[in-house]
Amino acid sequence: MHPVIPYVAAAGLFGLGCYGVVVRRNAVLLLMAVELMLNAVNLIFVTADANVRAALPHSGQVFALFVIVLATAEIGVGLAIVLQLYRLRQSVAVDEVPLGERNDGPDRNGPARHTAPGPGGAAR
Amino acid sequence: MGIEPVDVLLAALGAIALGAGALVVSTRHIVRAGLWLVVALGAIAGLYLVLTAELVAWVQVLLYVGAVVVLLLFAVMLTRAPIGASEDLDRPRWAGLLVGGGAGLGLAALLIDAYRWSRVPLPGQGTGAAPIGTEVFRTWVLPFEVLSVLLLAALIGAIVVSRPDIGRRES
Repeated sequence: MHPVIPYVAAAGLFGLGCYGVVVRRNAVLLLMAVELMLNAVNLIFVTADANVRAALPHSGQVFALFVIVLATAEIGVGLAIVLQLYRLRQSVAVDEVPLGERNDGPDRNGPARHTAPGPGGAAR
Repeated sequence: MGIEPVDVLLAALGAIALGAGALVVSTRHIVRAGLWLVVALGAIAGLYLVLTAELVAWVQVLLYVGAVVVLLLFAVMLTRAPIGASEDLDRPRWAGLLVGGGAGLGLAALLIDAYRWSRVPLPGQGTGAAPIGTEVFRTWVLPFEVLSVLLLAALIGAIVVSRPDIGRRES
């Protein structure tokens, strides 16, 4: 086995993930690009586990499992935030999210925080 | 210096993963991005199998292809994504090309420089669940427990975030 092949594949996947995170506007597509980056890291872990002689056996695979669990937790919280954003603004475009709350007009931000946010929130 | 069959397999699966990943970040259909993500993650699971990491490969299929992609597709549906192609999915490309190309090519150059065309023998047999479980519960038991606390925190966080009536300030 030549370990450079999976390493280069992982580097390419990481680059693609970076490109997706910067370019995509839809928050769900952005999370998909984050998944690509996490998988690239996992691929590097597993390849290193196969070709680096470590003091502790199989640490790379154990860390790959840990990263998978972290990614699952991340995707759960991330999708909850995305769905809440959609419920508040009817849009998941990440470049339309106002970051400074003070600078935003009260007609957009004020009612959305303190009243029932749309049909999804009122249905419960 | 020859090309072994396992190299051909690794290169083919890596090419599939890279192609599907490129389609994930470039397609104009949101649902198709999720489906190409399945292809990319499946190819990466195949890479794990070739690299004799059997348990990680099946966990990848179970958790990523089974759970994460289904969650992402649910989110696509719940945010009422358009069925057809949408034109406004991307911001201007130059920043993404700069960052992504820089990170990808930089990492690739670094790894190629580190490993050249060196050759290592693969481990003779695959790593099943037993050695991994031994390592997790012998050496890495503290991170394992911390991870379970983190999963609980993520669960509670997701519940709190998705219920606006929890923690609202009285005004």
